[in-house]
Amino acid sequence: MSITVKTFARLADAAGALSSERGARFLAGGTLVMRAINEADPAIETIVRSTDPTFSHISASSGRVELGAGVTMAAILAERELAFLHPVARGVGGPAVREAATVGGNLFAPSPYGDFAGALLALDATVMFAAGFGQREVPLEEFLRSRERAATLVASVAFKRPPAQTFRFTKVTRVHPKGISVLSIAAQLPLASGRVSGARIAYNAMDKTPVRAKAAERALEGRTLDAAGVAPALAVAADGTAPVDDAIASAWWRREILPVHLRRLLVGAGQA
Amino acid sequence: MKTPIQFRLNGEEVAAFVESGANLLDVLRETVGDLSVKGGCWQGTCGTCTVLVDGAPRLSCLTLAEACAGKSIESVAGLRRGADLHPLQNAFMERFAAQCGYCTPGMLMAAKALLDRNPAPTREDVVDAICGNICRCTGYEPIIQAVLDAARGDNRRRA
Repeated sequence: MSITVKTFARLADAAGALSSERGARFLAGGTLVMRAINEADPAIETIVRSTDPTFSHISASSGRVELGAGVTMAAILAERELAFLHPVARGVGGPAVREAATVGGNLFAPSPYGDFAGALLALDATVMFAAGFGQREVPLEEFLRSRERAATLVASVAFKRPPAQTFRFTKVTRVHPKGISVLSIAAQLPLASGRVSGARIAYNAMDKTPVRAKAAERALEGRTLDAAGVAPALAVAADGTAPVDDAIASAWWRREILPVHLRRLLVGAGQA
Repeated sequence: MKTPIQFRLNGEEVAAFVESGANLLDVLRETVGDLSVKGGCWQGTCGTCTVLVDGAPRLSCLTLAEACAGKSIESVAGLRRGADLHPLQNAFMERFAAQCGYCTPGMLMAAKALLDRNPAPTREDVVDAICGNICRCTGYEPIIQAVLDAARGDNRRRA
C-alpha cells in the first residue's frame, strides 16, 4: 500500500491533518514511525510532518524550561543549560539515534523505551498540544494515562528548572554503554534542613508507561537521604507498579532489583 | 506515488524519484545505486546503515528519504580519495578491525562523524561513538584501537 507524505510549515496545520485523516501518523525523528513503515504496518496510510521551527525550539535560560516536541536528544546534549538532563539524553541509543530521537517521540515510546519521558514525569512536566484550534496543556502524568488515545499533536513539554543538585537519574541495562532499559529511575529530591520535602520519583519500564513511585515518595517525606532514612521508601519501592516480562527482563527480576537501584540513587552508590 | 528529490551524495548532486514514505537506505541502494550502504535490521538497532546527513550520523533505514531533500549525505563510498584510502580505512585494515565486514560501513561512518567533530577523542568518546553499531566478530577492541590510531595519525603498515 502506498503512503502519502504531507509536510506542513505550521504545526497547527499538521495537527489538523493528523486529527482529520484516518491512518495518519506524525513523523518526527522516525525512530518509531519509520520502523513501523519498514515493517509494513498497514495502519499507516499518511505520514504528517512539520518544518515549523517552534517544534525544535529550546527555551532553557529561565526558571521555566520549554522543549519543543521535535527537540532531539543530540540537541539536549548540546545545550549547557540542560546539563541536568544530559545523563538521560545520553542514555537514549547511540549517536545516530540521538540525532533523530525526539522529546515528543519519547512520550509515545512503548516500554521498555521511554526513559526521557520518565525523567520528565519526575520533573512534573506538562504537555502542550498543537490542536487545530489553539494550544492546550495537561500534566504529563495525565497524558501518559491516555496517550494511546491521543488524537492530536504534542507541540512541546515544559517544567520548572529543578534546583541545583536535586535531580538524579539512573538507567539499568544489561549492555553497556548502550542498552535498552531493564528499568530507569528519575528523581527530584528537594531538601529542607537536610530532609526530603516534596520528592517526585518516576520509573520507566516498571509499567506500560512511565509511572510515579507515589508510595516511595510518601515514605521519603521528611526523611534523610541515608541508609536508615530511605529504608521505608525501599520497602514500598515497587508498590503501584506493574512491570511486564519482555526480552530484556522478567517482571519478577525488575521488582527484585528496583529497591537496589533506588537505594543507590537515593543514597549514592558509595554509601548504599 | 513517486516524489522527485535532490541531494548531494559524497559531494555530487543526485536527483531521484523516490517512493513516498521510502527510507533513505533503500533509496541509496536501490534507486541511486550506492551499494556501500548496508542494511541489517531496518529497525534502527544494528547501525550498519549509518550515513552522515549534513555531518551528523543518521540511521538511513529510519530516515525518511524525502526529508533529505537539499541535504548533504556521506556514505562509505565517499571516504577514499582516488587511490588513497581514508585514514580510518587504513587503520581498520592495520588493526584487523573488519572480519565479516558487515558492520564496517556503519562503523566507519560513525567513527568519521566522531573524528570530524572531535579530532582527539578519548577511548570513552570512541566507545560512545560506536555504541549504536553492532559487531558480532571483532569484540569491538580492534575497532576502538583503529579509531584511536586514525585520530593519532598512526596507521602505518606494521612489519
